[in-house]
Amino acid sequence: MASTACFMIISKNDIPIYEAEVGTAPKKEEAAHQHQFILHAALDVVQDLAWTTSAMFLKAIDRFNDLVVSVYVTAAIHTRLMLLHDSRNDDGIKSFFQEVHELYIKTLLNPLYLPGSRVTSSHFDTKVRALARRYL
Amino acid sequence: MIGAGKMKQYTNVLDKPLSKGRQEVSLSGFAYLFSELVQYNQTQVDNIGELERRLEDAGYAVGVRVLELLCHREKGNRRETRLLGILSFVHSTVWKVLFGKVADSLEKGTEHEDEYMISEKELLVNRFISVPKDMGSFNCGAFVAGIVRGVLDNAGFPAVVTAHFVPVDGQQRPRTTILIKFAEEVLRREARLG
Repeated sequence: MASTACFMIISKNDIPIYEAEVGTAPKKEEAAHQHQFILHAALDVVQDLAWTTSAMFLKAIDRFNDLVVSVYVTAAIHTRLMLLHDSRNDDGIKSFFQEVHELYIKTLLNPLYLPGSRVTSSHFDTKVRALARRYL
Repeated sequence: MIGAGKMKQYTNVLDKPLSKGRQEVSLSGFAYLFSELVQYNQTQVDNIGELERRLEDAGYAVGVRVLELLCHREKGNRRETRLLGILSFVHSTVWKVLFGKVADSLEKGTEHEDEYMISEKELLVNRFISVPKDMGSFNCGAFVAGIVRGVLDNAGFPAVVTAHFVPVDGQQRPRTTILIKFAEEVLRREARLG
């Protein structure tokens, strides 16, 4: 079955530092903008929820028609990994987030990476897409 | 030594597993590097305040990374959402990893509600440093203050953090106190969370 999934990492001041369409469904021109829009709309919910729990994985926090937004907040509270998806696979999503989080930490530990700037590494991109294929 | 012999080579940092910690570096090696950091920055500034700010910025960059790494490694992916939680995280976890011991003390300021102090008899970065008279109240602990600010700020607890020398009775060397003054929003949120 073709699935839709859009993954983003949002940093300080709600600036996206990484985005990828990781679904298997054929790409539609207007879908990308719509996905961005839905994820952006969910940010307020994240901000409120993040302070009520010490868990990083916040599960599904928002929905739009049949699309669900799952969020993972890292230790730096303004760094959020967000996934828009139509599958229901909480465990897979959690594993996906955890592995991407680890990749993000490795990127962050690089002294030449400026925290809050775009993640442009093609290695990072390849690895995220591989993880998406494995878990989502 | 790092890089000797059996280290496996990786083409990209993303392939390399995150280190388990517990690695120690030589104190003299660190002191030498830190002394270079201070000396270099000294050539770039024309007053003490500026020098302190530059050291703090260098520390801030460390703090950002330390927070993310340690929450993952030492705390099993739990975030800190409460004021006392994050302070004890700095006082114990961060201090232990960076300096090999927990900080000597963590106190609440007596005069102001929003002030906390972490004191250290002999701060690691100050071990081999004595400040000349003409540099006034300059304290290289500004670097550590920057680390603390980096951790707090990114965890969502913005604060002004400064390092001060405090004389101790009967001791030649003063101790260093890291003074943390939280932003108003932090205390408001704490009150709301109850």
